[in-house]
Amino acid sequence: MRAVSDSLVIMKRQLLQLTRVPEVLIFNTIQPVMFVLLFRYVFAGLGTGIKGGYVQLLMPGIFVQTVTFTLAATAQGMAQDMEKGLIDRFRSLPISRAAVVTGRTLGDGLLNIVVIAVMGTAGYIVGWRPTSGLLKIALGFLMLLLFGYALSWAGIFAGLVAKDARVVANISFLFTFPLTFLSNAFASTTSMPKALQYFAEWNPVSTMVAAVRQLFGFQNIFGATKNSFPSQHPIQTSLLYMVLIMAIFVPLSVQRYKNTNK
Amino acid sequence: MKSIVAENLVKSYGKGDREVKALDHLSLEVEEGTVLSILGPNGAGKTTTVRVLATLLKPDSGRATVGGIDVINNPKAVREIIGLSGQYAAVDETLTGWDNLVMFGRLYHLSSQAANARASELLEQFSLTDAAKRPIKTFSGGMRRRLDLAASLIIRPKVLFLDEPTTGLDPRGRMEMWKVIEKLVDEGVTLLLTTQYLEEADQLADEIAVIDRGKVIARGTSDELKTQVGGERLELVVAESDLAAARAIADRVGNTHSSVDAGLRKISTPVSTGGDALVALVRELDLAKIHPLDIALKRPSLDDVFMSLTGHAAEEIKEESEKIVKSKKGGRS
Ligand SMILES: Nc1ncnc2c1ncn2[C@@H]1O[C@H](COP(=O)(O)OP(=O)(O)OP(=O)(O)O)[C@@H](O)[C@H]1O
Ligand SMILES: [Mg+2]
Repeated sequence: MRAVSDSLVIMKRQLLQLTRVPEVLIFNTIQPVMFVLLFRYVFAGLGTGIKGGYVQLLMPGIFVQTVTFTLAATAQGMAQDMEKGLIDRFRSLPISRAAVVTGRTLGDGLLNIVVIAVMGTAGYIVGWRPTSGLLKIALGFLMLLLFGYALSWAGIFAGLVAKDARVVANISFLFTFPLTFLSNAFASTTSMPKALQYFAEWNPVSTMVAAVRQLFGFQNIFGATKNSFPSQHPIQTSLLYMVLIMAIFVPLSVQRYKNTNK
Repeated sequence: MKSIVAENLVKSYGKGDREVKALDHLSLEVEEGTVLSILGPNGAGKTTTVRVLATLLKPDSGRATVGGIDVINNPKAVREIIGLSGQYAAVDETLTGWDNLVMFGRLYHLSSQAANARASELLEQFSLTDAAKRPIKTFSGGMRRRLDLAASLIIRPKVLFLDEPTTGLDPRGRMEMWKVIEKLVDEGVTLLLTTQYLEEADQLADEIAVIDRGKVIARGTSDELKTQVGGERLELVVAESDLAAARAIADRVGNTHSSVDAGLRKISTPVSTGGDALVALVRELDLAKIHPLDIALKRPSLDDVFMSLTGHAAEEIKEESEKIVKSKKGGRS
């Protein structure tokens, strides 16, 4: 069980970093909270006819967007450790090859818990009221964290390959930012051109948003196509995506860590 | 017993025209409890050698053992007995010195208590106790290097690899580092140390391996190498009219034949008694009323070693761009 305790040491390192440089945590929570407030009031008009107002549909969208950005955060952190030679030092220690990368994904996962809690509070203050009962709400949050966690593994791989923190953070954003907007997160997909609509429907961000809306007790009226699989089964589709992402990137990342600089 | 053995290590980077042979059939051995210094210019293959021996890099061919354990087939067991301090200090900059040492201690599977105790011990040993609670970001270069070294000593390794431990340090920092290293060696660690400075190898090493383009081109004790390149010499520049007289004096002081560069009016005399010879030369010149324009005792530099061993200067094969260690804020990390 050393691999587990090693991972926890690495995870603890990230928590320590947060206590040493609290600005990081503040930055990481201010941005999503700002999004909550901006979208809540700027796009309030989109919510006419929705029970409880636009904010009910918006919050799952922003939650998913935020955890999607975990990919960039993890990639940047990993690349930074590569740049500074820390990974070399870790690799010279008698620890499991999976420990360092697992530890970082766990650390970023913990950070997500904090960020989501703060966002949820902000959302609550501006009128967000999930209606589905404690269990389903908890499941909704769990899905969000798992989705962020799965993407974190893709971030590990990107960071190990790129080795340059700034470059990889920018590339990850270039990749994830459109993904979060070509989706049902903030507005209905029905006004998009047909091809984009199709993409938006299968986009994992959309299936996640739909799943979380459902778990929080709101009908996903933003572009749910009748009888399409992802619209009918957003939770299952999302879970499938997560399994897929992990199945690809966990082994790739561990392998890459092992052979980095070979 | 041999603590470190490398046989015919080959490692190339790139392909085709761009292929660089970082290691070109490099072999070396280090006897247990002794210090080997790998001396070489930029790009010679020092870091690559260390990385192979410290299990970070697989060679294309060749074999190596550390503490009798095969580096390629059994890297994990090797990691249990080595300490590595790389060319650039590799510690977590946002954490304090204390945090770093405790973290590495835990990763070496010390109990939390033992990790704490070892951290205080090392901070004390490296005179970092006062700075222990400060983030590494605020450390000077010398402090960083010391902390990095401390981190590599957590488990009291049998074999220690230090890659250019004093590059970038000021003379005082260098002296401090030398003292620390000497103490470790006294305690019996086997040390492989790379450096670009003959002086450093001289100070610390039992044996020196000079490498160039991935090959060992000479090895021996510091004295052996120096004899090979001619050891110390006096260099004297005088007015043209004094050249003959000064040469006679220099010959007498050095008890040998000096070489003379008439164009530069420079006399160069190999000597074995160093400072004493310089004093004698100055005294005799003064008696003869010859005014030297320039006078110096020259020790052989890495360049001299290279010139004499390879016939070419220690040119930089390829300047490795200095890693700019940026402290980035704002990103989650
Ligand atoms: N990852 C790499 N990719 C391509 N070439 C490399 C890589 N690492 C090292 N090299 C090349 O291999 C050669 C040996 O490099 P190495 O870092 O071992 O030299 P060094 O003796 O440590 O030099 P320095 O004194 O600059 O640290 C150099 O020509 C270098 O450019
Ligand atoms: Mg080097």
